[in-house]
Amino acid sequence: MIYEVSNWAILIFVFIVGLVLGLSFYFARKTKSAAGYYAAGGNIHWAVNGIAFAGDYLSAASFLGICGMIAYSGYDGFLYSIGYLAGWVVALFLVAEPLKKLGKYTFADALDAKFNSKGIKLAASISTLIVSIFYLIPQMVGAGDLVVPLLGLPHWMGVVIVGSIVILIVATAGMTSTTYVQFVKGALLVAFSTILTVYILKNGFTLTPNDHYHQFDKTAVLLTNDTVVSIPDSTYALQNTKIVDKLVFVKAQKNGESKWYKLDRKGDQTFINEMLYTQVGTDGKKLYNGAPREEKKFYQVGHLTKIIVDGKEVDKTGPVGPFEFLKTMKSTELVRFSKKAFKDDGNQITVWYQKATKGEDVMKPGLLYKISAAAGATIWDKLNFVSLMLALFLGTSALPHILIRYYTVSSQRAARKSTIVAIAVIGFFYILTLYMGLGSMISGVLDVESSNMSGPLLAKSMGVGLFSIISAIAFATVLGTVSGLIVASSGAIAHDFIDKYLQVEMTDHAKVRAGKISAFAVGILAIILGILFQGMNVSFLVGLAFAVAASANLPAILFLLFWKKTNAKGIAWSIIVGIISSIGIILLSPTMYDKYGLIPADAPIPLDNPGIVSIPLAALTLIIVSLATQKKELAK
Amino acid sequence: MLHEPSVVIGTDNAAPKKAKLGVILFFVYTFIYASFVFIGLSNPEWMGIEILGGQNLAIIYGFGLIVLAIVMGFVYNFFCSRMEDKMNKN
Repeated sequence: MIYEVSNWAILIFVFIVGLVLGLSFYFARKTKSAAGYYAAGGNIHWAVNGIAFAGDYLSAASFLGICGMIAYSGYDGFLYSIGYLAGWVVALFLVAEPLKKLGKYTFADALDAKFNSKGIKLAASISTLIVSIFYLIPQMVGAGDLVVPLLGLPHWMGVVIVGSIVILIVATAGMTSTTYVQFVKGALLVAFSTILTVYILKNGFTLTPNDHYHQFDKTAVLLTNDTVVSIPDSTYALQNTKIVDKLVFVKAQKNGESKWYKLDRKGDQTFINEMLYTQVGTDGKKLYNGAPREEKKFYQVGHLTKIIVDGKEVDKTGPVGPFEFLKTMKSTELVRFSKKAFKDDGNQITVWYQKATKGEDVMKPGLLYKISAAAGATIWDKLNFVSLMLALFLGTSALPHILIRYYTVSSQRAARKSTIVAIAVIGFFYILTLYMGLGSMISGVLDVESSNMSGPLLAKSMGVGLFSIISAIAFATVLGTVSGLIVASSGAIAHDFIDKYLQVEMTDHAKVRAGKISAFAVGILAIILGILFQGMNVSFLVGLAFAVAASANLPAILFLLFWKKTNAKGIAWSIIVGIISSIGIILLSPTMYDKYGLIPADAPIPLDNPGIVSIPLAALTLIIVSLATQKKELAK
Repeated sequence: MLHEPSVVIGTDNAAPKKAKLGVILFFVYTFIYASFVFIGLSNPEWMGIEILGGQNLAIIYGFGLIVLAIVMGFVYNFFCSRMEDKMNKN
């Protein structure tokens, strides 16, 4: 996709990102010491702290990923919203207060203080590093996607820009994302998402998303048998037919222009529908709808085909209320775009074909996660669904950077109140994601190459100002999250691993150097991974990070708090088994096979979300190892 | 890393009771959340049934889970604060 770049947009964008960066430098300078950093938490009103908490949590994945997933798969994307919020219930009710009672502030510290075991130090530092890296990938992918329509740069440059800024900040100054910065960011994100939602409701439903929306070609065809077609309209010349997974794709020429179409049937009628396509030739050149990118033949999509209000078909509804919006959505018919890839004469063709979808199917689970027998769901499809819901539920409290803020407030009461404010703000935001996602689904704004940009592109259709502000907030969010994660992972290498586990004698100067070198290495790795994972939905990637975190850390946290027989060996092994099994399953999953360029159906493990296997496995390991080593300890 | 405590926490007599309340609320929420997942698995067609005000079960249940988390947070805070006031008087 190629976009018009607006100088205004760039100006607003640079201003807001600069403001957020400036604020964090200002506060970071003011609060140099650890005590100062935390004392600040004690002086801050619980409501401000609560919104800051929300700012911490609502990373790029929430805004970019969930909206995008809803825009492409309807309610299944909203499952992420439900699961991410439910995770807070585990954090608040089960983990936060008992862990605070232990007087420790991260799970690694709590484990370390209780057992003082070298094995745990190693396992915890590896776990922090791995979970941070898994969480870094979606942030980098999101950053890359953001700069494409905004600054007109390619995806990889966005990733490199974020990576370099963050490495520079972390390696020179060391940025702590302070409460006030997170507060400003969190409040802005929720406020502007509300404005966007109000716009969506005000626009209501319409069959013509905008004046320049693409008119899709469609013509009747004759079938001689299931694979060969002829086109009665003589302005079309049939060129080629391809069958991919039982779908029939047809290449035809009209007015001297070649296009790909998909064969569709409605009753007795058969016809071909225009698709969007890209073609990568043997020379590596990529064409968009048959032309180079600059010719702008690739267009944004997503439209309604039928709107029914009170039993009558209408062209548009005018403004609707929030409940009326969801109710009307259910009785619409719309077109979604699905992707298929195949080879044609040595060219790599990727098509996005129109898929007529009923509004009622968009408003319930099943478009992405096949769960009904009618849709042909297998036992693996069902396990995938359970696995996702389990990982989202258990992942939040297992993320290393989330719970820390709970412990930075002086009184327990204020900490609790902050958390509840955070849950309320995050919950409200997640309800908005449904409107923003559905709004972009039907407004002709989707870029089929990147689901992540659905929310910002919807904003763009409503005004460049709104678009650049929202993109800037999302970009600043990525910067904040990435620097936090790089600080955490360089800490895991330099402090937990080299200093505490290997017990290498180092001067203070050498320690700082080790930290900076680790930050640099992790930053470079994050840049590479961010480029490799381009095109994947960031919320899906965060779902994987949650699964790894929940598998590695949650059994350890919960058993430490609630089971007296838990011992050091059990915890260390549980962390290691959780990491290896969850990552192993991810690497052998159909999604990753697709990423490697192999056939997804050949993946040895037909499961995309590992949680259902790896979380119980880690818990079981903890129980077995703890019990087995207990006997030895008693015998001694 | 910056993991120092901000303040020293005094003894909290209400801690065991608060933990118990937390565990109970956790199980209540988990049961409701698990039922949602279970319906999705066993009777996914139920998710499309209209329940209230023209909205289907998926929307009512999904919004319900989000609102319930917020409401339960308030309930938890209310009882925890009351226990702390009562038991930490001296």
